[in-house]
Amino acid sequence: MPHDPPHSSPLWSSFKATPTAWGRSPSWGLPRLGPGCLTPLLSRHPLPRRAWILSPDEKVSQASLRRLYDRFQALDRTGKGYLSRLDLQQIGALAVNPLGDRIIDSFFPDGSLRLDFPGFVRVLAHFRPVDEEEEGNRDPKEPEPLNSRMNKLRFAFQLYDLDRDGKISRHEMLQALRLMVGVQVTEEQLESIADRTVQEADEDGDGAVSFLEFAKSLEKMNIEQKMSIRILK
Amino acid sequence: MFLLLPSANLIVSLLGISLTVLFTLLLVFIIVPAIFGVSFGIRKLYLKTLLKIFAWATSRMERGAKENHHQLYKPYTNGIIAKDPTSLEEEIKESRRSGSSKALDNTPEFELSDIFYFCRKGMETIMDDEVTKRFSAEELESWNLLSRTNYTFHYISLRLTVLWGLGVLIRYCFLLPLRIALAFTGISLLVVRTTMVGSLPNGRFKEFLSKHVHLMCYRICVRALTAIITYHDRKNRPRDGGICVANHTSPIDVIILASDGYYAMVGQVHGGLMGVIQRAMVKACPHVWFERSGVKDRHLVARRLTEHVQDKSKLPILIFPEGTCINNTSVMMFKKGSFEIGATVYPVAIKYDPQFGDAFYNSSKYGMMPYLLRMMTSGPIVCSVWYLPPMTRQAEEDAVQFANRVKSAIARQGGLVDLLWDGGLKREKVKDTFKEEQQKLYSKMIVGNHEDRSRS
Repeated sequence: MPHDPPHSSPLWSSFKATPTAWGRSPSWGLPRLGPGCLTPLLSRHPLPRRAWILSPDEKVSQASLRRLYDRFQALDRTGKGYLSRLDLQQIGALAVNPLGDRIIDSFFPDGSLRLDFPGFVRVLAHFRPVDEEEEGNRDPKEPEPLNSRMNKLRFAFQLYDLDRDGKISRHEMLQALRLMVGVQVTEEQLESIADRTVQEADEDGDGAVSFLEFAKSLEKMNIEQKMSIRILK
Repeated sequence: MFLLLPSANLIVSLLGISLTVLFTLLLVFIIVPAIFGVSFGIRKLYLKTLLKIFAWATSRMERGAKENHHQLYKPYTNGIIAKDPTSLEEEIKESRRSGSSKALDNTPEFELSDIFYFCRKGMETIMDDEVTKRFSAEELESWNLLSRTNYTFHYISLRLTVLWGLGVLIRYCFLLPLRIALAFTGISLLVVRTTMVGSLPNGRFKEFLSKHVHLMCYRICVRALTAIITYHDRKNRPRDGGICVANHTSPIDVIILASDGYYAMVGQVHGGLMGVIQRAMVKACPHVWFERSGVKDRHLVARRLTEHVQDKSKLPILIFPEGTCINNTSVMMFKKGSFEIGATVYPVAIKYDPQFGDAFYNSSKYGMMPYLLRMMTSGPIVCSVWYLPPMTRQAEEDAVQFANRVKSAIARQGGLVDLLWDGGLKREKVKDTFKEEQQKLYSKMIVGNHEDRSRS
């Protein structure tokens, strides 16, 4: 995906509308005679400035940023400017996903309560499809892009590894399994499944699955396709 | 000061004359036809003119867009991500086949990679889900001369801007006062007359008057909003003793339906101006107003509904089973309360033409007054109302299935998407039963196989 640096379009910096002046009418509700009136004369409304400040490993195109920003605003029903856990929990299709809570937690690292737009983009950047050409042309001095195979694997690993100690213990495996099957499976069956999985992946015999062991057991898997979401142009 | 006087007199007299003319016009062209239910066709003329202007504007914009290589239409009205329609089973089977090193093992169990499916599906719903986009205004592909529906419009030509400016002028300076005057007349007539009728003793005369008062006031309100309504299949109009159900997009639905028939309404109690209107209306006619969050209220409503429909001579009831406003691209789950009673159900489908204005009432974003002002300063509200043939509950279906059947009929007729989700998702979280379904499916895959293994 092409990455346009923000300063290439001169009109972006000259128009200083904030997101709140645009998408929301004032609460006393008179028709917006402000900037709304002048739309035909001015250019396309820009994203807020903070959104442009992407880290070099994110590499999300401007078009995709635009779509993600519209989505961010749609999820932010009360117009706070950030998302809370509740906003994400209200997505019906996410609430029925057995791993829904863990996925939401991945957006709120270190116990934070607010998700701003850069944070939102950062997590979703992991799911950008891998561009083969880009991989080939990558400058080795730059940090690895977030959507590389290793980083996608790391993201999935973190869904298992709750205490962030770099290892999936048998207990953590059991917890994840319990989430995915609910009450349908007995404790003994689940324990035996967890034991077997840890045994198969564990190579150094420490009773837990480290990240490298995790990656090794999935080396044949087409991670690039399974953990990618393509944004339509 | 002295010099100002003659010109001030002139201005005052001009104002007086124009006001008189305006009110005479109002009376002759709008209020009198409203009383008798006829129409001069002025609104249809307005509609035709607007259509011609839109066609010209769109062609002009397309030309301009081609010259400047801009993107004109929003390309992602159907969702922003490419979704893979594979199910849980298919994907997990495929991942087992491709990734598993135990190629000979036919009954694999849990794999570490299973988590990818849930993870990706979860992320996909965060980026785009079916329900959230039903609760924001529909995105239009072309522009309809209202700046509020297109935020990314580029400057194309001077003529277009002038036209847009003219449109703003007409809408705000000419149409708005007219509409406000009409709305004021309509609402005050409604309140005053229903109170008057309410003080009469119960009887046929009261009902007759009440019916005509309601109809007249609703017709004036329809003209206040410049609503151009096309009724289809009027022979299927709800009759006495039945329940009329319709999809809900905004409070204007009530005005649209009630201007064509006399109904007893069931709805949420509101405060403010709406509350005043509701309280006045209930004096003349047995409407049922209740509090959505009160459990006792719901039972009361159910009981009253049952009593009402059992009396065949009573008015048809108008109810919106979705319980909330949806943005007119889809129909959400119908609450089963009104389908349990056992009366004949007359479904009605209402579809607004999005080309002329967005009628969706987003109650979490705007209040009622700003919404009404917005409606009155935009173009005409064009909608189609289809009266569908009556339906009754069959012996072998329960209330929920019946509700779904009615919902599909309405969705099909109106060209809306039929969704299983509950409109209450606008306000509350989803129930856990849906999550259990997913979990059941997944556990069958990892443990169902285990059982086979242990047996063999």
